[in-house]
Parts: sequence; C-alpha cells; structure tokens
Amino acid sequence: MGMSTESQFHVLAVDDSIIDRKLIERLLKTSSYQVTTVDSGTKALEFLGLHEDDQSNPETPSVSPNNHQEVEVNLIITDYCMPGMTGYDLLRKIKESSSLRDIPVVIMSSENVPSRISRCLEEGAEEFFLKPVRLSDVNRLRPHMMKTKLKDPKQENEENKEESGKPESRSQEEKEEQQQHHHQQQLHHLPQQQHSNSNKRKALEEGLSPDRTRPRYSGLTTVV
Amino acid sequence: MLGLGADRLRADMNRLLALLFHQGVLDEQFLQLQQLQDETSPNFVCEVVNIYFHESEKLLRNLRGLLMERDFSDYKKMGIHLNQFMGSSSSIGAKRVRNVCVAFRAASEQNNRAGCLRALELLENEYCYLKNKLHELFQIEQQRVLAAGARYPMQN
Repeated sequence: MGMSTESQFHVLAVDDSIIDRKLIERLLKTSSYQVTTVDSGTKALEFLGLHEDDQSNPETPSVSPNNHQEVEVNLIITDYCMPGMTGYDLLRKIKESSSLRDIPVVIMSSENVPSRISRCLEEGAEEFFLKPVRLSDVNRLRPHMMKTKLKDPKQENEENKEESGKPESRSQEEKEEQQQHHHQQQLHHLPQQQHSNSNKRKALEEGLSPDRTRPRYSGLTTVV
Repeated sequence: MLGLGADRLRADMNRLLALLFHQGVLDEQFLQLQQLQDETSPNFVCEVVNIYFHESEKLLRNLRGLLMERDFSDYKKMGIHLNQFMGSSSSIGAKRVRNVCVAFRAASEQNNRAGCLRALELLENEYCYLKNKLHELFQIEQQRVLAAGARYPMQN
C-alpha cells in the first residue's frame, strides 16, 4: 500500500461529531493526506487491528504487527470528549500497544483546560489542537508523520535537542528516546507558536510545571 | 449584461456576509469553511451547513422534549445536547447560536428550569435567523454561479 515515495500519508481521524469529522476530513484532504474517519475510539482500535480485550494477551494473533501494516496509519487525530472511550483513553491504549505506540497521536478539544492538555502530552500525544481546528494546525502534522516513514539509521546517535523541526529519522531502537524528543521539540516550538496560536499555546504553557517525576520528562526543565 | 448580474450578485453576497459578521451571527470560522471549498469540493460549505441544520434541529427537538417533560430533572442529558450544539455551532462559525448555548448551559448547571426555557426560546430564535440568512446566502451564490456560467456559453 504505502511503499513508494509518492505514496500519501494516511491519517485516521476519530470524532463522534459528524460535522467535525467532515471538517477534519476536508482539512486533511486539502493537505493531500489519505483520510479514514471513525466515530469512536472503539472503532479506531478495530481499524488499527487492535482489540481491547486482546491487548495484553501476547498469544492472540490479532495483535501481531503484521495485521495493521495492511492498513498503514501514519497519524491518529482524535477528539478528546467522546462518549464511552475518550480520546485520552484511546491515546493510552495506543501507547500501551507495542504494535501501535509509534504512531503519532494528536488530540483535539473544544475546551481549553491546561491540565487536560498537559495530561495528554504526558501520555505521549504529539500535539493538542483547540477546536475549531484550522488549516494552520493541520500544517503542523507533517513532521510527525515524516518521522515514522523514514526509518533511516543515520541519525541514530544524534541527540535531537535542536528545534530544527526537521523530520529526523530514527532507528527502531531509538523509539523510546524518540518520544522524549518529540515532546522536547514540541515544547521548543512553544515560543514561536505563540505568535500564530496564542490562545492554544498560552494554555499549554500555563499547564506545564517543571515538577515532573516521570523520567521521560527529565529534559523538560532544560527546554522550558 | 449577464456578466454584470454575476458581479452584482457577488456584491450582494459580500454585503450579506459583512452584515452577518457585523451582527456577530457568523465569525471567522465560517470564512475558514469557505476557504476549504474549491474545485475538488465545490459544495463543501453547503454540505457542512446542511448537516449542521439537520443536527441542530434534532438537538433542538431533544432539548424542547426534555424541558416539556412534567417531571424533568435530567439536566445532565441536557448538558450533553448543549455541548454537542455548542461544538457544532463553533465548528461552522455560528457565533451567536453558540453564545446562547453557553448561557443555556449555565442555566442548566444551576438546575434553573425557567432559565432553561427562556434560553431555549432564545436559541430557537437565533437558530431560525441563522438558518434563514444562510439559505439566503446560498440562494444568492447559486444565482451567481448560474449568471457567471451564462457569460461563457462555450465553456463546459
């Protein structure tokens, strides 16, 4: 499906609102992405080839990585507030899955709640967009998708503390480090983002504090 | 002559849009919708707005149904409907409708039934006004497209 360099990125969009699904689909298609929309977290997991009850069972074949390569997804963008499984729940399930955790996840929400935003970022979300989502937001998705497509080991030993925004490629062994760097990069971008998305990023900064005990964020204080 | 018609219709459209912006009925998000419309998706705004109408009328019916119940107490359910309405209104740029939803939700959170009823009436009125104006807008747009098309009879 997606082996040639000409192939498009495929985004899975999750939202229970039919209007927002239509909107996000149009935004993504305008940016030349392939789009699949679903209306719930459960359906998203099904599409990704992950079944909730099978998740922790290593013997179940449906969890095998080969399964979801047929429907390669380069990014998941999900609403936060959904009945049943919230976007946050979905994010967690994805990050807990060995086969899916490399897929970048972006959260959307109509409410600007700093604690919610930082919670999502802590859990591994790449970005947090305030609704209504704009084209300028969607334009920020490409670097996250590029990272997963280019599995080039040449950048393996490089510490990515620069705010270059380049789609640095990582080998599979570096994927844990990669996630830390995603956050560092994203936080590094904060001051610049303030100009274009002042409301969104302002909320983000307010929500972050230097007190983090989880090792993943040990780099936070140096960046902020 | 036909060309003039198309231009004048475009001016009418812009005037109506400007009015709606001035009144706060629509906000910038509506412009974002228009920007997403192009040759590959020529009816995008109309499609989204029609979905919005459909959803909104369902929500309004639900809200009225709840408040008309003799022993109504499910403010939580009302809150869910309102959040949906707020979200979709915000997504299409229906600023005034959204603002009434905010006030409505506040009344709901206070379990203020009378306040909710008042807010519902206001909401229905705002929605009605919005729907009429958007229909007007689409009609002018339709006429403009026809008039513009008639200028170039050789085009496919």
